[in-house]
Parts: sequence; C-alpha cells; structure tokens
Amino acid sequence: MSPARDSLESLKAHIAGLERACAGESGGEPAGMARTGHAGVDAALGGGLMRARLHEIFAFEADDAGCATGFAAALALRLGGTLVWLREGEAERRGGQLHAPGLVEIGLSPAQVILGTLPDALAVLRAAADVTRCGDVGVAVVELWRNPRAFDLTASRRLALAAESSGVTVIALRIAATPAPSAAQTRWQVSAAPSLPMEANAPGYPAWRIELLRQRGRPAGGAWRVEWNREQACLAEAPPVGGAGTGGAAALSGAVLPLSAGRPARTTGLQRTG
Amino acid sequence: MLVEKVRGAMRIAAICPEAHAQGLTPGMMLADARAQVPQLGVEPHDPLADLQWLERLADHCDRFTPLVATDPPDMLVLDITGCTHLFGGEAALVAAAEDSLARFSDHVRSGCGDTPEAAQALARFAPGLSFARPEDGDVVLRRLPVAALRIEEEVQTALIRAGLKTIGDLAMRPSAPLAARFGEDLVERLDRLLGSADSRIVPRRSPPALRFETRFAEPIARTEAAMAALANLAGQAAEALEQRGMGGRHFAARFYRSDGRTFDLAAETSLPMRDGEVLMRLLHERLDALSDPIDPGFGFDMIRLIVPRIEPMAPSQLQLEGGAVSEEAFAALIDRLSSRLGRGAIRRFQPRDTHIPEQAALTLPAVDLPAPEPWAAPQTGEPPSRPIHLFDPPQPIEVIAEVPDGPPHRFRWKRQQHHVVRFEGPERIAAPWWKHAPGKSGLTRDYYRVEDARGRRFWIFRHGLYDSERPDPRWYVHGLFA
Repeated sequence: MSPARDSLESLKAHIAGLERACAGESGGEPAGMARTGHAGVDAALGGGLMRARLHEIFAFEADDAGCATGFAAALALRLGGTLVWLREGEAERRGGQLHAPGLVEIGLSPAQVILGTLPDALAVLRAAADVTRCGDVGVAVVELWRNPRAFDLTASRRLALAAESSGVTVIALRIAATPAPSAAQTRWQVSAAPSLPMEANAPGYPAWRIELLRQRGRPAGGAWRVEWNREQACLAEAPPVGGAGTGGAAALSGAVLPLSAGRPARTTGLQRTG
Repeated sequence: MLVEKVRGAMRIAAICPEAHAQGLTPGMMLADARAQVPQLGVEPHDPLADLQWLERLADHCDRFTPLVATDPPDMLVLDITGCTHLFGGEAALVAAAEDSLARFSDHVRSGCGDTPEAAQALARFAPGLSFARPEDGDVVLRRLPVAALRIEEEVQTALIRAGLKTIGDLAMRPSAPLAARFGEDLVERLDRLLGSADSRIVPRRSPPALRFETRFAEPIARTEAAMAALANLAGQAAEALEQRGMGGRHFAARFYRSDGRTFDLAAETSLPMRDGEVLMRLLHERLDALSDPIDPGFGFDMIRLIVPRIEPMAPSQLQLEGGAVSEEAFAALIDRLSSRLGRGAIRRFQPRDTHIPEQAALTLPAVDLPAPEPWAAPQTGEPPSRPIHLFDPPQPIEVIAEVPDGPPHRFRWKRQQHHVVRFEGPERIAAPWWKHAPGKSGLTRDYYRVEDARGRRFWIFRHGLYDSERPDPRWYVHGLFA
C-alpha cells in the first residue's frame, strides 16, 4: 500500500512539475522557488521566493499588522499547500482575530488553513518546530508580536534547518518588532501604501510598500510599492497615485476630485487640518 | 488525628485506632480531647486530598470491573456483575480486591451484596463475611442495626425509641404506616437495601465500545516495553474494528502502575480510523508532548486500550486523481498536530450564515470538524470588503464627521489621529429582527471602509442610527484591512 502511494505521489509531483514548466507564467517557475508575479521583486530574489526556507516579514508598527498579515497570506497563497497559522493568545487580544472572510478576500480558502492558538511565544515556537517537521504542511506562518526573548538566533536557525530538511516554508510574521540577527533567507519590511482609489474615491486593492531588508547569498536592497491582485493571485506593480507616502495625499484627492464633487466641504476640511 | 473547623470550633474529623482506644471520638472538640490526652498529634483535615486519594483508588479498582463508582468520603462501589468468573467467583474477587487495596490502607472493609446499598451496609456493619448461599446474606442483613440504612440521626433515634432496632424489625412492618410516620425516604432506602427496589451505581466512566487489555505476571519497568505491548493491543483493536466495519474516533490507553497510580495517553482523530500503526504514531506524538513523562516506577502490571467512540467506516481505496488520498493526508496532519499541541489549540474555520461580522466565522477544534463547509467566493473586480484582522470586541474611537449621520472625516484611535483620505460606505448591517425591535438592545451599524493618509485601511462603524436610534451614536474600529 505504502510503496504504491509513494510512487503515486512521485508521479503526481512529476506531473505538477511538468504543468508548472508548461504554464504560461512567464517561462515557468525555477525549481524550489515560488514567483511573486512582480518582475522587480522576482529579479531581486533571483527568480522567486525560495521554498523550504525561513522568511521574515516585519511590520515595525503595530498599526501595520493588517498589511503584514495580508502580505504573509499573499506569499502563502503563492507558495501553495496546506497553511498552518500559529499565533499567540496575546496577538488575538492586541491585534484582533484572524478573520476568515478576510482571508477569502485575499484569495486563500480558509478550508485549507489550520489555525493554532498557543498561550505564549515559547509555546508558539515549540509548536512551530513540531509543525515544521511535518512534511505534509505547505507553509507555516509563525506570528510573533514584539521581540520575544525566545526567538533568538538559535531558535531561528533551528526553524530554518527544520524547514530545509522537511520542505516546509516558514514565514515568521513579526509585528511591532525590530530586526535582530536571524537565520532567515529573506527579511522583508511591510508598511501600508495608499491604494489606487476606485470609483467615488473608495479605497482600492490592497497596496503595500515592501522593502527587502536582507537576503542570504544575494545582494539585498530594493523597495517596491506593490498591489495584490486577487483574481490573478499575484503581486503587481502598484500604479502611481501621485507619489508614495504621506505627501501624496493632496495630489491624490486632486486627481479624483471630479468624482467626489458632491463633497466640497470635505476637501476643504482636509486642507485646513492637514 | 485530623481536625477540622466546624462552626468556629476545632473538632476532631478522624482519629487513629490508638486515639479511639483512649476514648476519643470524631466530632469531639479539640480542646476537650487535649484535656483528656495531652500528647495528641494533630494535623488539619484536607477533604480534597481525601477525595483525590479515593479517585486514585478507584482508578486502581478499574482492573476488577469497568463500573466503579466513588461514594465519598471513604467508599468505593464496584459493580461486579458478570466479572466474577474472571477471578474465580465472588469470594475470590472480593479477596483479590481486599488484598490489592490492603497495600494502600490499613483498614479495608468489604461487603458483597445484591444491591449497592446492601453491600455498603454489610461492609460497614458486618465486614469480612462471605456467604455460601445468598439466603445467608439476607439473614445477616436483617440482623443489622437501623443505622445501616444511612438515615438521618433524628429518624434513627425515633426508630430506636419505637423499638425498631434492626432492619428485620422494619422489614416485618407494613410499609404504609412506616412511610407516614418516618417519611417516604425510609421505606425507599429499606426497599433498596433488601433488593425489592431497583438500584444501581453511577459509574465514573461509561463502559467503552471496545476494550483491550494485557496483564503482566511480572511488572514491566521500561516505557519502551510498555509501548511495545500497547502496539500489540493497537493491532488487536485494528483487527476488531475491521471486523465490525467501524473506525475509532477516540483512543485512550491507560497504564496501571503496580503501586496503584495510573497514566493516561489519549489520541483523537478527525476521521474514523483503524490503522494500528497510525494509532501508535499518534500515541507516540502524545507521549513526546507530555510535560511530565510517564514514570514506570516499579513497573506497570497492566495496560489497557479502550475505544470509547466508534463510527462506521467504509473500506478505503486509493484514487488515481488523488481526491480521497489528499483528504486523508490532511486529516492525518490535523490528527498529528492535535495530539501534539492539544485538541483545543488546533482549529479550523467554519462559516456561519449570518450578517453579523463577528459571528460570520467560527473557529472550532479541527479534530471535531473533518470537512468544513465551502466558503462563498468574493466578488470579482472588487477590493476586499472584509478585514483580515477583526477586533472582538470592537475598539471605541473618537470620530469627527461633517454631519452626525455622514461619513467619518478623521478619527482618533490608540491616541493617534488618522485623517480619512478615502472612504466607501456606509454598508448598513442591522441587528437581527428579533433583537432589532423597539425596546431591544440591537442597534444598526453603518460600516465604512476608510483609508488614512498613510494608506492604512480600517473598517469602522457607527453604532446606532443618528436621531432615530441614538442621539449620539458611538464609533468603533472593527477591523484592519490588508
């Protein structure tokens, strides 16, 4: 029974590899990597995000927790497979629950997500070590708030080694944390970016400013403003909305002013207070 | 001697035989006792520890019958119906139980009767008797004092005053006048004691669907050897389940240490399962995750595997396109994680048909939820309408709006100002109609998706319609968008 299943698994993996190679995704994915879909990001990563490695995503401020979570979910979707999301009980209180309809809106199916809620950071790391050893897991997201003492260089090295041997991609989601030496393959910083407004000046698709802070074995550097496209399930260059950051706000509302003509008082109010 | 505080005075709760010989009795005041016997050794009474000790003894007695009940403070009731032949008769079973309990306690009294009440009366008032014929037991029972009925002190005194000193005296009387004079309770207890009314114990555990056990002539002192014996039992369980066409959802192994302690190891699965090897892997995961490892001490003399929950399970077949296989692999993953990290820690999302955002998704233990329902697909071409982080409860914010029922203009959350640059809304979500009626607490919420100047996207709502529901509606932030 088990050799039959093994050979079936290997055949399936082979077919999946062939399909990936044939797919039109700009020449297919390099082995062991997952394309993000954004040309600049993929070029900086040397083809795509490496599987079976530890990746770190930082949100320096707690207010960016939503953006960092969205980016982690998007990367997990690109990497594929069963997603195990490990959180602290404190994250639940401080940053809110992981909302399944929100995951649907990113494009992830909550049916493929296993949520693990553990009492503290140490328990999360222990669980992460266990999860990473299970080869059936596709992606393990380890969400840690602040800088827990338990997550030091040794702990991250242990996670990275376990990931390499089992083939599980580990995403350490660090919220309100500051970078410290770690064994991660890549380290990202995510913050919010103004989205391209929809009709009537409504907030648009999720847009983030992502920065590649560090990368093992390749030159680091590079910051992009990206937009998550749910239908294509890929990152795309965010269209310019009149300059990134806070300075763009005035130009932005100017550009879409005709659509919001019914609210002149609001625009003046913004100028007065801003 | 043990003392406890009763209505402000230290009174004796329990005494040793030596103290009893000195003329002390339970219920005496400690000061009086000290006056009689100055060199008393006194310890505070701990009823909870007594209870735990009784539970441990009950665990120990599981080896005689699956139906064990505790009767605090100091009694165990074993329903040995159908178990006696395994030990060579009633008397042999009672002797074996007494022997094994004598290792833990100086004073073991046992009684064996047709009903639990008869057994306890015999144990308390005529211990150590074994009867060749059932009629003898009845004779002894009738000779017992009325105290064997465990009735209240006043009723007991009243009975003795009336000249009814033994059970036999009571049994001879017609029951109606007895009930009228001393209460229904007395007659009921009498009937139960004499076996004319049905009476049974409430066992601590209900008997499992399947039970496998192995006993060792010589206790085994290595955990590996015990696990090997357990693997053997797992194989037997798998065979029995296959014969019945069933699969187990819950497996519990129990190790009986020779000194009476027991250790439990349990595994739950999200799908019915009957693979002995997989079961052993789950139990090993559980063993590795235990905070205090199983200590064999002087060795285990018995290991038992029970399957309390079984469900029908069709024979499985490999599918070429991999449908059932991947489902099985997913379930196996959940089982492994749940047995390692605890069943409550590993959860899955289940959609619910409601408009109230915080109730739209449930997180249930993954083991209980083999196949979640599918989720509704999001609207194509639209940005996310639901946040990825949801605050429960929503966090209050201070909002400045142009007009009281208009969109927010800027808001203050966690001591920080946010200027609303873009917004969409309101999306009006009303409370369900049974809460929305006038006079009820349910308020309508107006949700806005807003983006501040730095690009952060929030989901905020006004609680209550301005003027018609509330004069000054409060605002809350309910979630963060990606």
